[in-house]
Amino acid sequence: MKIVVCVKQVPATESKLRISKNGTEIERAGLSFILNPYDEFAVEEALQIKERLGHGEVTVLSMRSHGAQKPEEALRTCLAMGADKAVLLSDPAFEGGDSYTTALVLAESLRRLTFDLLLFGKQAVDDDAGAVGIQVAELLGIPHVAVVNKLEVNVATRTILAHRQIEGGIEAVEAPLPSLITCQKGLNEPRYPSLPGIMKAKQKPLETWNREMVGLESETVGAAGAKLKVVRVELPPARPAGRMIPGDVAAAVKELVRLLHEEANAI
Amino acid sequence: MNPILVFCEQRDGRLKKVGLEALGEACRLTKPLEREIIAVVIGSSVSALAQEPARHGASRVLVAEDPTLAYYSSEIYSTILTEVAIRLQPVAIVMGATAMGKDLAPKLAARLTSALIQDCVALEMDTDGSLLATRPMYGGKLHAVVKAKNPLMQIVTVRPNVFSPLEPQPASDILVERLTIAVNGTRPIARVRETHKTAGGRKELTEASIIVSGGRGLKGPEHFTLIEELAAALGAAVGASRAAVDAGWKPHSYQVGLTGKTVSPQLYIACGISGAIQHQAGMSSARTIVAINNNPNAPIFKLASYGIIGDLFEVVPLLTEEVKKLKTG
Ligand SMILES: Cc1cc2nc3c(=O)[nH]c(=O)nc-3n(C[C@H](O)[C@H](O)[C@H](O)COP(=O)(O)OP(=O)(O)OC[C@H]3O[C@@H](n4cnc5c(N)ncnc54)[C@H](O)[C@@H]3O)c2cc1C
Ligand SMILES: Nc1ncnc2c1ncn2[C@@H]1O[C@H](COP(=O)(O)O)[C@@H](O)[C@H]1O
Repeated sequence: MKIVVCVKQVPATESKLRISKNGTEIERAGLSFILNPYDEFAVEEALQIKERLGHGEVTVLSMRSHGAQKPEEALRTCLAMGADKAVLLSDPAFEGGDSYTTALVLAESLRRLTFDLLLFGKQAVDDDAGAVGIQVAELLGIPHVAVVNKLEVNVATRTILAHRQIEGGIEAVEAPLPSLITCQKGLNEPRYPSLPGIMKAKQKPLETWNREMVGLESETVGAAGAKLKVVRVELPPARPAGRMIPGDVAAAVKELVRLLHEEANAI
Repeated sequence: MNPILVFCEQRDGRLKKVGLEALGEACRLTKPLEREIIAVVIGSSVSALAQEPARHGASRVLVAEDPTLAYYSSEIYSTILTEVAIRLQPVAIVMGATAMGKDLAPKLAARLTSALIQDCVALEMDTDGSLLATRPMYGGKLHAVVKAKNPLMQIVTVRPNVFSPLEPQPASDILVERLTIAVNGTRPIARVRETHKTAGGRKELTEASIIVSGGRGLKGPEHFTLIEELAAALGAAVGASRAAVDAGWKPHSYQVGLTGKTVSPQLYIACGISGAIQHQAGMSSARTIVAINNNPNAPIFKLASYGIIGDLFEVVPLLTEEVKKLKTG
């Protein structure tokens, strides 16, 4: 079973964000970066499938989407968790794109690898789009199941059965391999890289591919190829100042219910 | 002028409210009669539903009805919508940011090579028909205003509970058009085998207008009954923080936050939840937020519209009583 996992490096979730001078992105200097939390589930799932089968190969793939991003660190983390090899897609032409151009670069790169199963995160917690995996599947012409919290792989029939979360329930979806899955929390408990794992990761192969090697024209990728442009980023509208309701509990609760009913029109 | 297409999702023979919200917003985006607002409904027995989009602003309703459409399929649904889009050349295709919409929209956008705007919370239309769309990023810490380079077939999902449907009008002579479904059978596709409902017909968090959530402050799974009783009195859905979910007190489908659900209710009541930034990521767009916490320095109070500093074991039961009084009084 050959599995490729696509991972993204994102700002740590507790980061305080500042808007850059041009007003269309965040200031990345001084931020600390992590492996996207949903991609951890994807890497863990790949490793568990390989371990269960007793054979297979796990490749991790990441595209640098911004000059200041260091996807090689995210890739090393994955190698330290136990992935076998890594490919970094890095070219100035890839930067500043959107979901579509990211999916295009990943899909074209994936055509150069062999795989039975592709694993993605449900969404990257920076752009919060939840799109790239699904778009890669469409570009490759393979089926996908998104937001999966349970996955069974049947090697004999070359099918998968995946449970995906929907409102008020789950959908059990079957698909033939090769397929693409986007991973949701609940799928597994990601392992921490062990010390020997971290040492071993340094010896594992990490290749870098540029735009020519992926075989895409520069006007189709990155900022040039993007379908969307960011006009500006701004802070969300400030919430109106809140109010602490003083007094003993019984009185405070009465007052709260009155406020919710009469002032906020909420109940 | 090119129309706006609104995909009105149905499950189990019921239209989702967010589809009507999307229709309402589509109508507001364009001057009356300037652009046609066309609704699309897909499913196995959905003819009876065609009136509802018409009563909520659609001038035309396209229906794809077939027994094979009983379950959602991203492949088949996107094939149907692609065909409609190529024929009608809409400026935008709008749908709810639901499990289905968030699955379908990226696929459709990739197929049509068009711009994808996921999970919008505000929309405006430029004179050229391109949308200025506001979407939260970084777990809601920032809002990005984005614009498609090509103002045709922009694919947009809208966050549930953010936009309002129009007041229903009697639909007199609406045009219902049946779509023929010609799906290319050669592509390997993912098929839904079955769906399971969450036990107890629980109210869905992302659709609820009121949510009562419990956190680690509850100290144990048995005390979630306090939350459930308040929720029952309010007709609310029950949510949980990650700490409560990781402790095994509630399944992950209850989790609100960065690695859980994003909700936008009218009212969110956080009980024994500190309000970590990752929890806020899922609920900061709630209209009214109530925090009940015994630590006056809990970050949740910074977000709260109303706060009570106190022991939830005391406050929540009293609150349930007062709500019951209000409802019966
Ligand atoms: C990558 C990542 C993703 C995450 N995703 C999520 C997510 O999706 N959702 C999420 O919720 N968290 C998420 N977290 C975790 C988050 O950082 C917090 O740890 C979590 O939200 C804390 O849950 P809590 O508020 O229930 O617990 P605590 O932080 O322990 O807070 C409990 C609160 O209860 C109060 N309390 C205690 N006893 C009482 C009492 N008797 N009466 C009243 N109040 C009382 C305390 O004062 C305290 O404020 C994530 C973290 C990371 C790193
Ligand atoms: N630059 C990237 N390199 C590799 N994988 C990516 C990249 N961006 C997104 N992904 C993958 O796509 C998923 C969804 O991302 P998004 O659509 O941006 O929310 C992520 O969880 C990753 O698995």
